[in-house]
Formats: sequence, C-alpha cells, structure tokens
Amino acid sequence: MTQRRSHQIGTGLFILLGFTALGYLATQTTSLANYRQGPTYALKARFTNIGQLKLRAPVKVAGVRIGSVTDIQLEPDRLEALVTLAVDRRFNQLPDDSAASVFTSGLLGDQYVALKPGGSPDMFKDGDEIILTQSSVQLEELIGKYLVGSGDSPARKPEEAKPADPAPATPDPATH
Amino acid sequence: MSEKRDSGSRLGDGLAQVGALGLFLLQVLAAIPRSLRYFAETVRQIFFVGAMSLVIIITCGLFIGLVLGLQLYEVLSRFGSTASVGTVVAIALYRELGPVITALLFAGRAGTSITAEIGLMRATDQLAAMEMMAVDPMAYVVAPRFLAGIVAMPLLACIFNALAIFGSHLVAVSWLGLDNGTFWSNMTGAVDVWTDVMNGVWKSAVFGAVVTLVATFQGYTTAPTSEGVAYATTRTVVYSSILTLVIDFLMTAFLM
Amino acid sequence: MSAISTSHTDELVRIRGLRTQLGSKVIFDGVDLDIPRGRVTAIMGPSGTGKTTLLRHITGQLVPDAGEIVVDGHDLSKLDRNALFDLRERIGYLFQNSALLTDFSVFENVAFPLRQHARLPEELVRNVVLMKLQAVGLRGAAELMPAELSGGMARRVALARAIVRDPTLLIYDEPFVGLDPIALNQVVKLIRVLNETLGLTSIVVAHELSAVSRVSDEIYLLAAGRVAAHGTPQELVRGATDWTRQFFGGEADGPVPFHYPARDYAADLGFAQVRP
Ligand SMILES: Nc1ncnc2c1ncn2[C@@H]1O[C@H](COP(=O)(O)OP(=O)(O)OP(=O)(O)O)[C@@H](O)[C@H]1O
Ligand SMILES: [Mg+2]
Repeated sequence: MTQRRSHQIGTGLFILLGFTALGYLATQTTSLANYRQGPTYALKARFTNIGQLKLRAPVKVAGVRIGSVTDIQLEPDRLEALVTLAVDRRFNQLPDDSAASVFTSGLLGDQYVALKPGGSPDMFKDGDEIILTQSSVQLEELIGKYLVGSGDSPARKPEEAKPADPAPATPDPATH
Repeated sequence: MSEKRDSGSRLGDGLAQVGALGLFLLQVLAAIPRSLRYFAETVRQIFFVGAMSLVIIITCGLFIGLVLGLQLYEVLSRFGSTASVGTVVAIALYRELGPVITALLFAGRAGTSITAEIGLMRATDQLAAMEMMAVDPMAYVVAPRFLAGIVAMPLLACIFNALAIFGSHLVAVSWLGLDNGTFWSNMTGAVDVWTDVMNGVWKSAVFGAVVTLVATFQGYTTAPTSEGVAYATTRTVVYSSILTLVIDFLMTAFLM
Repeated sequence: MSAISTSHTDELVRIRGLRTQLGSKVIFDGVDLDIPRGRVTAIMGPSGTGKTTLLRHITGQLVPDAGEIVVDGHDLSKLDRNALFDLRERIGYLFQNSALLTDFSVFENVAFPLRQHARLPEELVRNVVLMKLQAVGLRGAAELMPAELSGGMARRVALARAIVRDPTLLIYDEPFVGLDPIALNQVVKLIRVLNETLGLTSIVVAHELSAVSRVSDEIYLLAAGRVAAHGTPQELVRGATDWTRQFFGGEADGPVPFHYPARDYAADLGFAQVRP
C-alpha cells in the first residue's frame, strides 16, 4: 500500500513536470511571449513598401527586440503604409532622428522593423512619427535589377545579390 | 517446410499481423470504459511508463539540443543567419524531432518493458488467472497501459523539447556567443503555439498510443515461452518504430 | 456468498458429446461426464490426455468444437461475457502452475478477488485473507513477494486465493504437486473440510492415487479422448479393467500409450528404409 502511494506521488510529480515543460514551451518560446509585455508607447512610421511585414512582427534595435508591430494601415490619400509600433517603455531613450527600416531576418527569414538610433538630443515620445524610413528590400527586385543591369551568368546570381543588399541581412553581433 | 513457401507467405503474415493489430485496437478501445474503475492502475502505469523514462528522455534531450545548436550555428553562419538558430531548433523540435525521437526512445524504454511484463503474465498464466477471477485483463492490464502511454508521451516530449532548447541555448549563446536577446526574440517571433507546439503535442499523443498498442499487443499474443517473450520484445521495438515513422509521415502530409 | 442454487438436477456440471481438436491433435472425441453437487470428483489420466483442457472448457476459457457444457444450469455456449464472468465469480480455480500475480505480495494476491468484486472494509479483507492463509499454513508469509516463495508455497498461496471468496465450485489442477508429505496431508484434509463444511463441489485433477482415493468420492479416468473408467475409488481399484490396471499399476504397456503419437521408432532412428 505504501508502495502504491509512492507511485501516486511519483505520477503526480511527473505530470506536474510535464505540464511545467509544456507551459514553458508554450508561453516563453512562442509568439505568446510577445503578448505578455510591460507598458509600451506607440510610434508611427510610413513606408512606401512593407514587403511581407506582419502584425506582431518584432521591432528591434541592434538586433534586440524592443517591441512589436501593432497595426498596419494603408493611407488612402498618400497610398503609403502606416505602421504603428509598440515599444517597451524601458527603451525610452530613442533619439527622435532614428531611422526605421523593414528588414528580413537572414536571407529568407521573417521581416521585422529595425530602428537605427540617430544623434539628436531629443527623444521620441508616445505617438511620435518616425520621419526617416526605408522600405523593405525585395529580393526579387534586386535580382531583377541585377539581371537587367549586367546580364551576367545567372549561376553567380546569389553571390552577387548579397553585396548589393543595402544593409547586412542580419544585425547579428556574432558575425560582425 | 520449404524455405520458398515461408518467404512467400511472409507478406500474408505481415498483413495478418496488421489486421490482428487493428482488431486488438478495437478491443482495447472497447475495454477503456470498463478500465475506468481501475483508475489507480492507470496512475501506477503512468508512473512506470512516464516517470521511469525520465532519465533517458532528459539525457537525450539535452544532448540532441547541444548537437543541434552546434550544427545549426555552423550551417546558418554560412548564410549569415545565425540569429535563427533558436527558431530553427524550436520549430524542428516541436514539429518533428521532439515527438519522433521521444517515441523511439519510449519504444525502447517503456515499450519493451510493457511487452516483457505482459508476455510473462501470459506465459505464467497470470492473464488466465485474472480471467478466472472474473477480472478482464483487457480492462485491467492492457487499457491502463494504453491510456498511460497516451498521457505520458506528450509530457515526455515536452520535457525532451525543453531540455533540447536549453541545450541549444547553452551552445549558441553561452558558448558560441550569439546574443541572448537575438536567440529568444527570433524564436518567439516565428514559433506559434498552435501550429508548432500543440501540433507536436497531438502527434506525440498519437505516437504514445501507437507504441503502447504495439507493445501490449505483442505481449498479449506472445508465444508463452521465454523465447517467445524475447522475440515479442524485439518485435515491439521494430514494429512500433516503423509504425511511428509511417504514421508521422501520414499525419504530417494529410492532417497538418 | 450465494451458496448452491436450488436447481433440480443434482449435477453441477454436465458435459455431453464433447469434441475438441487443438492444432492437429484430437483431444476429446465424445466425452460425457457429470460432476455431482457437494462431492469431490477426481479426474485422472495420463499426462497430455487433456485434463487441463477439460477444466478450461468447464470454466469457459476454451470453446469446444462440439458438445454441450452446462454449469449450474447455464449452457456455456449461450452465455455472454458478463454472464460468464458472473458465473466465474462463484468458481475458484487453482492453476497447475500457481499463476500468482508477480506484482503483488502474497497478501495482496489472496486479497485480489475480494478487492475486485466486493467493497469490503479493510479490516474484514484483512481477517478473511489471514484466515485463508492460516488454512494453508502460510499466514507468516503474507508480506513476501511471489518471487520469494518456493514452488510448493506458491501452490498453497494459489489455493488460498482460490478459496478466498468461498466459491460454489472449486477446481484444483494438480493441487498435490510439489508438496511435502505434511503439506500434502494438510491440503487433502483442507479439500475434504471445505467440501463437508461449506458443501462445495470440488473437481480435483491429480496423479497421486493414494491422495486421490482419500480425497475423492468419484473418479473419472480419461484416456485417448474418452472416459476410460468411472466409479468410486474402491470400484476402480478393485474392478480391474485393462485401463485401470495399467494406469494404477503404472505399467508402460497396455491400452494407454505411454508414448506421444510418433513415427515408427526404427524409421526415426534411420534403421529402416522410409518409402518415398
Ligand atoms: N494450444 C495448444 N495447441 C495445440 N495443442 C495443445 C495446446 N494446448 C494443449 N495442447 C495439447 O493438448 C493435450 C492436452 O493438454 P493438457 O494440458 O490438457 O494435458 P493434461 O492432461 O493437463 O496433462 P498434464 O497431466 O501433463 O498436465 C496435450 O497433448 C497438448 O500437447
Ligand atoms: Mg494439466
């Protein structure tokens, strides 16, 4: 009987451990982790082309996530994309001449908004608009441009396409 | 007794086995309502198939994570995409590697012991004795182990995945110097709860059913000799591994 | 326990025209047999004649190819699983190889049928189990595991388990094997006492003629798929037919073949030419 009891306790502990692991995986390693963030402030940015940018895409500075995309609208008069970003309040030291770009993680990864800090002494406040923006770079466009431009052997295309990229594809500190 | 006839009828034997396994599944399902009165037995079996498999699952999970971290960092750095190490590790684990490797380890650790245990019960007339005491071995012996497999396997797979994520983080961040925030933010940006994490959970529940079904079937129908039990144990590992991989492909291709 | 039901017939088990084939071997070829209520009936026969198989038929573990088996008024072929299990709850069965559940202690093995079918207070379960273990002389071994028992002890534990619910019908498959003379005497007495005090019906399969003649009221001698002889122990020992003389006398030659059916011995050894 005592053995049976120890089995029951062991089973309980095992189930607890399993559900802890499941809870951890589900909330800490998935997009759910992004919902559960502290107080944020909003920034807006206009882009002529946002590529495949999606809601909840990360906003990063120096490759580190500081917020997410909360809204994407098309402005009817200007026909530009108006993207709203929610930035963590802890990062309220962003100079108001910082530039926003839509980048791709890796060669083929998901897209995100990268903020490149400027040098202004004034900081962004809630609801400000980021003036300096750079639209998404379309891989297809690059390839097309390149093919028309030089008409070189298509076999060398991937190697040539990479340096043409205006910014390093990944702002990864380890590769710099 | 000619050799040719034996190999010729092997396909037929295989089909007969699959059919018998299907019938056995129906019997097990029918016995589940009756097995609810032996709930304590199911709890005990979760301990045996689940908790007792923890050591191997934790060890293998950790090392798979370490190796994945190393390999992916190396490969992804060729494309300048080391930031996605966490993402690739997580998606590969949640969708495929976690459920499948856990199922294979589970077949070797828990499946074999289920077959050997039930086979020995058959060989020593314990199953017949239960029948004679008006206790249905389907409900008392087989169904609790089947249910325990379905419960324990997803939990084991989650523990395996958590350890593997930990291992890959250890290699990529602590050892190779990838930025911690990059590792996590890329992962959380790309991994979805339903299509990745829960997908793997459903899969491993099915694998848990497959492995314990094969294991209980082999034990229940074993030739009642020590040699028969030995063969049945081997067959459990072989058949449940194959069946797991086939069903994995079918589920991935048609259901997910 | 619900005791003997008030059926008119005075036999608890009635078998008519039993035919069974296992693999290619015909085990029974028209067996008629009655087990009277409240008596001890012994079934004897050479090894491999199908005594265990007969017991498996009586308890519905094995379905015969033909013939009728009626137990306590129920035709087994017409019972569904639940009804069969209800019937089995009133049958105690001692397996030839004990068949103790290896996961459980001696105490839990004997308590198993009680726990499965009756919600009894723990105190009562304990008392009943210890009483039955006392009857087989193993009360002191209650906490041992089956692996820690000798073969003879395991058989006595299995006996305690078979009688723990005070069944209507008790079936013993070779209860005397592996017992020392003291334990054997005790088991012989126990079978008689259970039979007389509780009015049980018992079926004993055994080879030991002396023990069988002390314990049983009637003997069936099975051989070659049929009932070879039937009567009280005295009748069988005295009224010498070829079958009984050979079987009880232990002679190798006679109507009962000592050898399992086989090819010609000389041919098997290669002394004679086998025609293609
Ligand atoms: N599953 C089976 N398939 C084929 N033949 C079987 C099977 N089980 C038993 N037999 C055969 O049935 C015959 C009767 O077996 P059984 O166990 O009833 O003998 P028994 O009279 O109890 O012998 P013993 O006194 O040695 O216990 C044996 O000859 C055995 O070879
Ligand atoms: Mg026998």
